[in-house]
Amino acid sequence: MAKSVTQEFTKGLWAEIPPFRLVLGLCPILAVTKSVENAIGMGVAVIFVLVGSNVLVSMLRKIIPSKVRIACFIIIVATFVTVVELLMQAYTYPLFLKLGIFIPLIVVNCIVLGRAEAFAYKNGIIPSFADGLGLGIGFTISLTALAAIREVLGSGTFYGNQIFGPSFQPFNFMVEAPGAFVCLGLMLCAMNSIGKK
Amino acid sequence: MGDYVLLAISCIFINNILLMQYLGNCPFLGTSKKMETAVGMAMAVIFVLVLAGAITWLTEMFILRKFGLEYLRTISFILVIAALVQFVEMFLKKSIPALYAGLGIFLPLITTNCAVMGVCLINIKEEYTFIECLVSSFAYSSGFGLALILFAGVRERILLARVPKPLQDTSIGLVTAGLLSLAFFAFKGMA
Repeated sequence: MAKSVTQEFTKGLWAEIPPFRLVLGLCPILAVTKSVENAIGMGVAVIFVLVGSNVLVSMLRKIIPSKVRIACFIIIVATFVTVVELLMQAYTYPLFLKLGIFIPLIVVNCIVLGRAEAFAYKNGIIPSFADGLGLGIGFTISLTALAAIREVLGSGTFYGNQIFGPSFQPFNFMVEAPGAFVCLGLMLCAMNSIGKK
Repeated sequence: MGDYVLLAISCIFINNILLMQYLGNCPFLGTSKKMETAVGMAMAVIFVLVLAGAITWLTEMFILRKFGLEYLRTISFILVIAALVQFVEMFLKKSIPALYAGLGIFLPLITTNCAVMGVCLINIKEEYTFIECLVSSFAYSSGFGLALILFAGVRERILLARVPKPLQDTSIGLVTAGLLSLAFFAFKGMA
């Protein structure tokens, strides 16, 4: 372990920022980025699940037998997702309704399971915590960036506030499904041309 | 009967799971580079999704609702799906080796395919009856297969084209998926 904790944290913000460097977990990215508010809500939920499952997996890594590790990871992740689901239902009900089935679907988000398998199962608690937090924040930044582009162009608002004059014609394509794919594709292209990892 | 046909058409085309509901995108981009893998994945998803739809519906109605355990839905569904996939894999390996050879490597991937979990949750959310649940599971998974196979066809052609370097691979894949999604978007006008 030559890498320091800070490096584990910052790699999630740029060098391995999901989904641009690690192409994983695309479904929530496409689905919840209609507005910045949804994106941030989803991002916070993912940070919580990712940090929680990473820490717990790394605490239990000596106990979990390697043959059934995937099943164990899934149960750990599902537990945290249930916690998030119930918390959101209790405190942010409108957001819970908007995100709908995408909250329970964090269970099958490849990023969370992928980090448990690739990182937390092999590393100590503190690096795993840093890794989860870094990747989670990176994921939130990407979500917010994509949501900002789609919301500004697609409905002329930012975080629910009108930013253009009344003569603005919303570019509906951006908030619908095709716009999501094209926009993410172009962002990926921009990231690729800025720099290779 | 007519209702079921309408439900099926709306699940396959209008609410296409991949292109309209944004579920199951990881296998969509991962297995669409070659036609054979796309067909294998599509078949495996149809097979597992119909079974998973039926079993999760039964779990919800006869176990979770009966004992007031709805808050355990996420955990129990993912476990049921994971166990089902494992079971199907073992069953096929023993009894239908030819099918196993075809689907084999795609089966384990299905556990983390959000389309499977997603459809099971949609079935519960929409309060479908058992028959409707079967129809929608089959139709959603056929829609997944249709979109995946169409997309694989397009992607095989892209391999022959000269794509600018930053756009290569996933990036052009997403843009293509966007255009395909635009085509499916036209079905929304029918509804």
